[in-house]
Amino acid sequence: MWNTLSRMLQTGVLTEPLPAAGQTAPDLETMQTELLEIVGRALCIRHVDAGSCNGCELEIQALNNPYYNLEGAGIKFVASPRHADLLLVTGPVSVNMEEALQRTYNAMPDPKFVVAVGDCGGCGGVFGTSYASRGGVANVIPVNYTVTGCPPSPAAIISGILRTVRPRSSRA
Amino acid sequence: MATDFMELQPAALPANIRSHRFRVNRVQWLQTAETLKRRNARLLTLWGTDDRDRDGGFRIYAAYLLPEMVMVVEHFMDDSPLPSYPSLAGLYPAALRMQRGMTDLFGIATDEADSRGWLRHGGWPQTLFPLRRDFDGSRQYPAVSAPYAFVSVEGDGVHEIAVGPVHAGTIEPGHFRFSVVGEKVLRLEESFGYTHKGVAKLFESASQQEGHRLAARVSGDSAVAFSWAYCAALESITETACPARALALRALALEQERLANHLGDLGALGNDGGFAFGLTQFSRLKEDLLRTNIKAFGARYLMDYVVPGGVAVDLTADARGLLLDLYDALEPALTQMRCIYDEHAGLQDRFRETGRLEQATAETLGAIGLVARASGIACDLRVDHPWAPYDSLSPKLTVQAGGDVAARVQVRFDEILESLRLCRVLLSAVPQDGIRSAVPMANPGALGIGLVEGWRGPVMLALETGPNGSIRRCHAHDPSWQNWPLVEYAVLGNIVPDFPLINKSFNLSYSGQDG
Repeated sequence: MWNTLSRMLQTGVLTEPLPAAGQTAPDLETMQTELLEIVGRALCIRHVDAGSCNGCELEIQALNNPYYNLEGAGIKFVASPRHADLLLVTGPVSVNMEEALQRTYNAMPDPKFVVAVGDCGGCGGVFGTSYASRGGVANVIPVNYTVTGCPPSPAAIISGILRTVRPRSSRA
Repeated sequence: MATDFMELQPAALPANIRSHRFRVNRVQWLQTAETLKRRNARLLTLWGTDDRDRDGGFRIYAAYLLPEMVMVVEHFMDDSPLPSYPSLAGLYPAALRMQRGMTDLFGIATDEADSRGWLRHGGWPQTLFPLRRDFDGSRQYPAVSAPYAFVSVEGDGVHEIAVGPVHAGTIEPGHFRFSVVGEKVLRLEESFGYTHKGVAKLFESASQQEGHRLAARVSGDSAVAFSWAYCAALESITETACPARALALRALALEQERLANHLGDLGALGNDGGFAFGLTQFSRLKEDLLRTNIKAFGARYLMDYVVPGGVAVDLTADARGLLLDLYDALEPALTQMRCIYDEHAGLQDRFRETGRLEQATAETLGAIGLVARASGIACDLRVDHPWAPYDSLSPKLTVQAGGDVAARVQVRFDEILESLRLCRVLLSAVPQDGIRSAVPMANPGALGIGLVEGWRGPVMLALETGPNGSIRRCHAHDPSWQNWPLVEYAVLGNIVPDFPLINKSFNLSYSGQDG
């Protein structure tokens, strides 16, 4: 126990300001107020890997490390699409995941957002479109925003999420 | 009468680890496997080729790892409506899924009773085989629902729990079918292939100079291992000598990849054991490492760092200092965290005796890599078959006998400490020659092998060249193929809520095995 406490004290608070969604960086309070206006509570995200190489998953997992601390900003990952406002989709959509992705999307309540993550989610990336891949996420379900990169950094993913949900007037 | 494979005519095969190639007939295919099994050879991978355009048939290759070399056994089959070869699964159970995958992709079959599809879920017609050369890889087919025939368990109180393909966390897709009584797991059956992206077919339209980019994305968390294996195969075929500096930097990148994944896993394992503090701490340490990667290698994840002939970015003196600072911070943090994990009664209660994979089971089923080392099997390519620069680093082997989650945690702790040592040795004297040699165009029809011990285990890549700098066939193999079936054994008798913990302790790749 002493070790654990001492480690906590040594580490301190590492959380950094959120990256900017547009040209102006929102402070935490503004963003939380905006999120409350849009979704009425914390923003809930469901992630679906539709066939990625697992690189993007690593960066999405990083969103909850102490530096980005996304959950501290009122954005959390949920286990069921029924609880989700936003679907974060990675990978080119493999033919074998097409139906599962569609069903996950259909299970979400309206209003809903979809963010495609990574070059593959955007256009299929190095995998393109083939007998086994439908290419970008937009070929299978409607997409609101695409975060490019291979894999995109956690900061880019957060910016993408914020750009998607912030009211149009405040977007860059 | 068994044939001693040494009586066959071996031919040296271009590879970064001493490799030989043997051509065998149908009878010898099984006989060599028997002989090799007796010599405790491990099955590394199986792959096929469609050579009807060249000599009117198909080929099947099996690569085995022996203490003294890698043996690639090659068998030619005449073209027929359904070419077949004897199944190796009786001797090497890990071969079963690879063979089923090959049936889906090539239409070459075995005499095995389990003829269910593995990678094809109904996304293309069953009469078409994507890796045949006359298959148009760019063509799309409407998906047809093709339910998987799971083995059902019957009896009083037995029920099934279906999990996936979409899982409750930020992880890859796959399906797990549990047959349980109460909370106890009687049987687990995996069904994969959901992330099949047709990588092998895509290689056929890539050039030799750009294939490493695709290889790196077979399993993104092992990008350095796969791209190095690709480059090692190409460089062996073309007899390209990489600068010593490039090799040292590749090893540095490979160890950084091992560190990043082990740190991530240790955090996730703490979290799955109900100790969120572990996740917070380790995810912080991992982030520190990834941020240093940007300055040292130009990216957080080194997807395009290893390139044919060398590496893409040189290491500056400043970056060298940053890496050494990182290691100086990591080591005491790790020692302290290990102490916290070891002394945490609640965590140890979850880790110990959970998901036990006995050494005998691991041996029989052909475990490799980290999972094998946690079940008392001493195997690590860096130690057993050191290629440059590992031949001058004397890496230390890590083995734990327990076979449970606790053992797989300890192997990770030990390997992090050893990787830190290797990285410091590498940085102590980075050679001063260049970072990249020119790689000439390879002659068509050459076969080469690249083998690299990634953080999960041996990553193997077989490359066959085509004309004008093209790739005729490239087979990239992730060690998850061998280790996924072991998860089905490790969970037996455990309770369902321990499955996430057990699964995480293996942390296998879905994308790597789906291809």
